[in-house]
Amino acid sequence: MPFLQLKNVSKGFGQGPARNEVLQHIHLSVEEGEFLAIVGFSGSGKSTLINMIAGLIEPDEGEILLQGKPITGPGPDRGVVFQNYSLLPWLTVSGNVALAVNQVFPEWSKAKREAHVRKFVDMVHLGPAAYKRPAELSGGMRQRVSVARALAMNPAMLLLDEPLGALDALTRADLQDEIENIWSTDKKTVILITNDVDEAILLADRIIPLNPGPRATLGPDFEVKLNRPRDRTDLNLNPEFRKLRSQIIHYLSEIGEKNSLHDAIEAITLPDIKPMAA
Amino acid sequence: MNKEKVKNNLVKVFNLTGLTWFIPFARLGFGEQPKEQVKEMGRIILVPIIAIAIFLGLWAVVAKKIDTSLGKLPGPVEVSQQIGVLWGEHRSERVKEKAFYQRQADRNARLLAEDPKAEIKIRSYTGKPTYLDQIKTSLNTVFTGFLIASLIAVPLGLLCGMSKAVMTALNPLIQVMKPVSPLAWLPIVTMIVSAVYVTKDGFFQKSFLISAITVSLCSLWPSLLNTALGVASIDKDYMNVARVLNLGWGTRVFKIVLPASLPLVFTGLRISLGVGWMVLIAAEMLAQNPGLGKFVWDEFQNGSSNSLARIMVAVVTIGLIGFILDRIMVSLQKMVSFRPELIST
Repeated sequence: MPFLQLKNVSKGFGQGPARNEVLQHIHLSVEEGEFLAIVGFSGSGKSTLINMIAGLIEPDEGEILLQGKPITGPGPDRGVVFQNYSLLPWLTVSGNVALAVNQVFPEWSKAKREAHVRKFVDMVHLGPAAYKRPAELSGGMRQRVSVARALAMNPAMLLLDEPLGALDALTRADLQDEIENIWSTDKKTVILITNDVDEAILLADRIIPLNPGPRATLGPDFEVKLNRPRDRTDLNLNPEFRKLRSQIIHYLSEIGEKNSLHDAIEAITLPDIKPMAA
Repeated sequence: MNKEKVKNNLVKVFNLTGLTWFIPFARLGFGEQPKEQVKEMGRIILVPIIAIAIFLGLWAVVAKKIDTSLGKLPGPVEVSQQIGVLWGEHRSERVKEKAFYQRQADRNARLLAEDPKAEIKIRSYTGKPTYLDQIKTSLNTVFTGFLIASLIAVPLGLLCGMSKAVMTALNPLIQVMKPVSPLAWLPIVTMIVSAVYVTKDGFFQKSFLISAITVSLCSLWPSLLNTALGVASIDKDYMNVARVLNLGWGTRVFKIVLPASLPLVFTGLRISLGVGWMVLIAAEMLAQNPGLGKFVWDEFQNGSSNSLARIMVAVVTIGLIGFILDRIMVSLQKMVSFRPELIST
């Protein structure tokens, strides 16, 4: 039995002529401990997909099974790291993590919960900033807090929604290493949404492109068989990496072109109206 | 280094309390760019002082030209004289009160000395309330009314903001009651309080209750609407966090909804207190409840040659107190808000 299973899932927004079918007929199986990356253009429905798995929105059709049971809503078994961090600005770094810990482990003693919070704040190297508020932190540090908050809930699975999208290249590389580190220590199931093919190859076991929407579907699997730990500088010279990278990029650009061609044809059909004669 | 810290903290405190006039003095005291500070003082202190002086001058000139049935319209000089007179009356009233209690204590002591079983009487002093007593009563009333209003408005606003159904249900009522003047509420409140609150030696005076409730009725709407708006416009991301964490109702309200909407809640409370203070004076005047409003009305009825000047003292007092109340609310708002720069002053 796969750990997470999406069966024929479709989702659209709006009604009537304004309706926008975002995702259609999505089939997906994720094994326990797997690191899956979904890459796609912006606006292709990646966030909709992850929000459905998180339970924040419900699919219109099909079902999502987690360990064989259908998902009915959000829960602490799925830790989410949002693209825009979503930290609470009135709480400190520790406070943000503690909010999750107190919620998920109410039966623990206060000291145990505090130690747990400290452990995860230290894990993302924010110990010295534990009592700062999000406004005093850089983007990378904020995203670290968000990662610590998700991990501290001890979820069965991590959902990363373009977590590094808003960061500069150096911070990005830094956090990629950290994510890989954390994943390799306790092998949680991870779904990473990204628009960066290199990032996907560096981190994931398997990469699935999301074809551009509307009516987005999933593309073919690309297995990443590179040995871990993967070193960023070595990878660039690795022929397997380069082959995989060009395959994925080729696939994406081809499907993107087809789509924009389709768009262009659609855009040309003008409505049949004439100016009114006064 | 340490000196720098002290200076920055001092500037922070002045900013928080709205005493921005003192910032250049503090900076100058620590020797920071003296030229800039003197310029800044001119800009933020000298200009308003000149404006005030021009206003006082115009007032003095115009007042001399207006003859009323109570004599010439008082100018700034007459008004400031009356401040002294009112202060004097307050002092002499306090002296009389002290003397009264002294006499009473002496008499009782004498009676007890003559006959240890003698019946002694202790009466409280019943002199005329002085100007400062009236101010105190007004402040008491406005705070009681404001407290009642806040206790109703904030929870109700939270409900309205969290549930579309509650908001839709209450909105027509709120919109209709909001513009009603205190003068219209007053007779109704008076009749209801007289009918319901029928103890002889109650803890509250009836007139106090009537004005406090009138203040609440008029001042609760801004708090209610702002709280509802604050709650309804919480960043969706924060609510997503609450949902992902499966936060319970209580945690959701106290850890997410309230802190996120606090800046707007306080904006509402600030407007409410301002409205309450304005309404109170009108209510006291019309209902003959003790306080500054009654002072104004009494002086108007009294019609002595000093009455107009004394009323003007009251106007200045009312304005200054309203201003101070507003400053206090702004400082509170800045203290509890996570983004103080969003608050307009």
